[in-house]
Amino acid sequence: MEAMSTSVPIGTALTAGTAGTAGTAGTAGTAGAVGYAAVAAQILVVVAGAPLLTGWMRQVRARLEGRAGAGVLQPWRDTRKLLRKESITPVGTGPAFRAAPALLVATTVVAAALVPLLSTDTPVSSHADLIVVVALIALGTFALALAGLDTGTAFGGMGASREMTIAALVEPTILLSVFALSIPAGTTNIPAIVSGAAHEPARLASPAGLLAAAALAVAVIAETGRIPVDNPSTHLELTMIHEAMTLEYAGPDLALVELGAQMRLTLLLGLLSSLFAPWAIATSGSWAALAIALVAFAAKVCVLAAVLAAAEVLWAKVRLFRVPELLAGSFLLALLAVAASYFLNGAGS
Amino acid sequence: MSAIPVALATATGLGGAGALAALVVPHRARVPLVGALTAGVGAAGAAVGVTALTGTHWSAEFPNVLPLGGTYLAVDALAGWFMTIAGAVVTAVAVYGVGYAAGRPARRPAPECRAPGPGVPGPGVRGLGSRGAQAVLPLFALSLLLVPVAASVSTFLALWEAMALGSLLLVLADHRERPAVRRAGVWYAVMTHLGLVLLLTGFALFAADAGGETFAALRAGAHTLSPGVRGLVFVLVALAFTSKAGAVPLHTWLPRAYPEAPDPVSALMSATMVNLGVYGLVRTGFDLLGGGTAWWWLGVLALGGLSAVYGVLQAAMASDLKRLVAYSSSENMGLVLIGVGASGLFAAHGDRPQAALALAAALLHVVNHSAFKALLFCAAGSVVRATGLRDLDRLGGLRARMPWTAGLFALGALGAVALPPGNGFVSEWLLLQSLIHGLRVPGVAVAVVLPLSVALVALSAGIAAAAFVKALGVGFFARPRDERAAAAREAPPLMLVGAGLLAVGVVALAVAPGLFADGLGRAVSAATGPTGGGAPRGGGELGVRLADVSARMSPLWVVAALTAATLLAAGLPRLLARRRRRRVHARLWDCGGGAPTPRMAYTATSFAEPLQRVFDDVLAPEQDVDITPVRESAYLVDRVRFQRSVPDRIEHRLYEPVLRGLDRAGRAARRLANGSVHLYLGYGFAGLVVLLLALTTGW
Amino acid sequence: MGLLRKIRATGRVAEPAPPRPEGGVLEKARELGGSAQVRCVDAGSCNGCEIEIAAAFNPLHDAERYGARIVASPRHADVALVTGPVTRNMAEPLRRTVAAMAEPRLVVAVGDCAIDCGEFAGGHGVEGAVADVVPVDLTVPGCPPEPEAIVAALRRVTGR
Repeated sequence: MEAMSTSVPIGTALTAGTAGTAGTAGTAGTAGAVGYAAVAAQILVVVAGAPLLTGWMRQVRARLEGRAGAGVLQPWRDTRKLLRKESITPVGTGPAFRAAPALLVATTVVAAALVPLLSTDTPVSSHADLIVVVALIALGTFALALAGLDTGTAFGGMGASREMTIAALVEPTILLSVFALSIPAGTTNIPAIVSGAAHEPARLASPAGLLAAAALAVAVIAETGRIPVDNPSTHLELTMIHEAMTLEYAGPDLALVELGAQMRLTLLLGLLSSLFAPWAIATSGSWAALAIALVAFAAKVCVLAAVLAAAEVLWAKVRLFRVPELLAGSFLLALLAVAASYFLNGAGS
Repeated sequence: MSAIPVALATATGLGGAGALAALVVPHRARVPLVGALTAGVGAAGAAVGVTALTGTHWSAEFPNVLPLGGTYLAVDALAGWFMTIAGAVVTAVAVYGVGYAAGRPARRPAPECRAPGPGVPGPGVRGLGSRGAQAVLPLFALSLLLVPVAASVSTFLALWEAMALGSLLLVLADHRERPAVRRAGVWYAVMTHLGLVLLLTGFALFAADAGGETFAALRAGAHTLSPGVRGLVFVLVALAFTSKAGAVPLHTWLPRAYPEAPDPVSALMSATMVNLGVYGLVRTGFDLLGGGTAWWWLGVLALGGLSAVYGVLQAAMASDLKRLVAYSSSENMGLVLIGVGASGLFAAHGDRPQAALALAAALLHVVNHSAFKALLFCAAGSVVRATGLRDLDRLGGLRARMPWTAGLFALGALGAVALPPGNGFVSEWLLLQSLIHGLRVPGVAVAVVLPLSVALVALSAGIAAAAFVKALGVGFFARPRDERAAAAREAPPLMLVGAGLLAVGVVALAVAPGLFADGLGRAVSAATGPTGGGAPRGGGELGVRLADVSARMSPLWVVAALTAATLLAAGLPRLLARRRRRRVHARLWDCGGGAPTPRMAYTATSFAEPLQRVFDDVLAPEQDVDITPVRESAYLVDRVRFQRSVPDRIEHRLYEPVLRGLDRAGRAARRLANGSVHLYLGYGFAGLVVLLLALTTGW
Repeated sequence: MGLLRKIRATGRVAEPAPPRPEGGVLEKARELGGSAQVRCVDAGSCNGCEIEIAAAFNPLHDAERYGARIVASPRHADVALVTGPVTRNMAEPLRRTVAAMAEPRLVVAVGDCAIDCGEFAGGHGVEGAVADVVPVDLTVPGCPPEPEAIVAALRRVTGR
């Protein structure tokens, strides 16, 4: 481990970092205008890029199925149309139903600002904790599940119940992967993990890195509700998980819900690519590096999405009660990753 | 003269006055007066705690107050931490309790009140408002505050027992109305006294070997104890304290006593009394016994992990609102015990800064849990009072009828699920950090235990989210499933004010936990001693040097960013739309059939079903399908009866065999006592011979 | 890996897009801007039209490439594809389905039965044609209509 000794009083561990507490390499916030631009670009690329990414995945699927496809812009057209339609408040729903779509998008936006998709040197990078990001994403799930129950319909409750069951089982896998990744870096700060891995690529090729990547990939698929855990394009209510909670939304509310789901997919794929392929992410405050990072991010996420789309063509959705087995498998991978990370790192010396 | 003795004397005086007032003041004025005096007790206790947290120490001895040992009192930062929590909760709950016990509930008698399911409490002149209960309430509040002040074994045990008896009497307040209360009372009485016996044995052993019963003497003599005796003392004491904290396997009193106790009492017990179990463990394990060996703390960690997951699983299965909240106490105390155990483990391996971090996480979770749990129980109490229902399968739609209560419950639930703007997240984050960074501590046991602990914390957080989505979504959202829920009215103002005070605490803890950091640092160092690693103590802040650790999280920024982003996300689409369309109301989508009735909505039981299937092997639900065919043909079904329950499996497997064994032993022993005087004389003679033989062989 | 080989061997099966249908985009659908979510309602058809609708969305005709997509909830939908003569039991559900859709919404009557009850006109359980129950914006004649006709109707909604 790096022989770096920093002083973190408990007080400052809780509050915002006060002056005088040094961070590890890559976390010190020296960013100026470029740093702010990087944060804005990260948010923008996730918000604007998410429908494009979904369009890209649908296009890949369409081509593999021998179809022509609607083009990558189609999800944006859908969103535009939904924004023009009227909102419907079903009788008997309350504030939870109304607030959930905005909250879903908001959690993802905040998480997108924190995760170093483009740059590890941003004004918020010292607060970019991996556990916080995971919890923010879980908060979105929580809000949507409450909205599903708020409608009081059978399908809303069914979707909420299934979604929370899966979310509960995904959580240990994600946090153990976080644990495994934080051992070599000595911190759960994502920019520090990413810049550490970028400087030391051997970490990624280690058994721990590969196992953690596999575990996290399964968790991402489960969190975003893709095949084999959930089928986002199903029309049959009884097989739904995520869609069942959103059956009552219409118009702009639905646009937010769909945008939120697409943004989560983009963000989580981006997080995967940042953690396990941290190349070309800007580590300093230069405009050129940011531009390169933007292009590299688009390329990495598109490749990942294409792989996921191709896998969705080849796989079938598994039964709901087989999903825990899948998640238990990924949990085991994460546990192995921690063990490998610990023992291969020289037993904590 | 320092402020501490004055405030302590004030608290004691107010407590006594409260008890006296309850006995002499007539019914009409009794509840408000006692409530005000109890709130005063809480405020005075909180004042003592806050003073102690600023670094003031105080101790005193009154050799003549208690027979045998005399009374020894001392207040340090660790005691101050728990007194502050208890004082604050007591004050808020006392205000809530005035609204609760005064007057009758706004509930019209429902014809099917006698339907099976959780019973109906009867606040008012009986129950918590009665003369006896009101007399006990201030004394119980006082004992909650004084337990951490005790500085000798006899003083501690006396106050501990006073607390146990006080809570027992309050749990039984409603025993006339509901027989279930009596059963819960018996369980609680037996369990708490089992704990007392363990404590008494442990401390007696400790004091005998250490050569004194004051805490100072124990501290000084702890190192003269043989490792075996120290281990035995710790095991005995830890079992008793974890039982008080509601940890598995000695938790069975908790899911029985909390739902049956009057709601303010549930809030007090779950938010303050369980903490004292943690206090006792930390005080004895760290302070008095001075650390100890790794296996002690591995045991505590295992208990904590088990409690966290088992408690939250039971909470997720529960369809009784108060039972759900009660089991969540088991979970949160499990998390605290994970922190305490990890801290002891690190200390045993000599990494004091790491130990301090883990203990800080545990203590912070104690206060967070107290805040949201008291709030949850108060809100649940308002629901029970307004509807007479605890069964989530019958509740629903309360958000429209009791908006304030629903909002307060939602705030508490947000804390309980450990998600960002909630206060529980802050301490769970710190706990996870301390566990993740604990891998720096050498040792294979550490390397095996920590990842599992992280996984257990994560799993419990995930299931807690499911449990509270269920409680909030099924209990408060959607539409009422029972006419009593449909007729609910908002709780009276004083109850809302009391719960609102707790809500203020929850928000403060969630947004600005840094405010508590100074006191937390002092409390931790009071427990573990000055932390090693050259941590300078100056400027009122505890410094912990942790190599390679740099994790930061700012709850205030997260809240601000989330709020801004939510407003933006809600507002932008409206601005972007060229032609604004009005929001219209429409009936629920019913698949074209008739309007969906509340009977079609998901209930708590159906919500929990997938989780229950996943954890089938752990929960072992019992189900029974009974099909009655019509007489003419076996293929035509007349009636199907389906029954399923998720029993507490630990109780099933651990307690029932023991109880059966005891019962059998009792029956067998009856044969030994057949009433013959000759036989009894024979027993006496045999006993004497055995004793003499034992003495002659020099045993 | 047999499936991968099959995918490579099959290649693209979608037929080249025919020219835009006559009549241009419907005035009411202009606001949709190239996107139409479709909810199918079988109001009492013989299922012949359903088979043709399914065919319209298969890889060969690929109605999805014009921006149409079948969804599960009428709340998500812009277009209701209604088939069959409306039976007595389906009249109210059909009204409710259309009412559940957010404005702007369109109703497309698919098949002769939906237009004028076709073979089933005057039948015992028949309430009437779709237009008798809900306002219809577009009709697709045929018994059953060919997939190309259904795709053409959907293209007049999406305008692509």
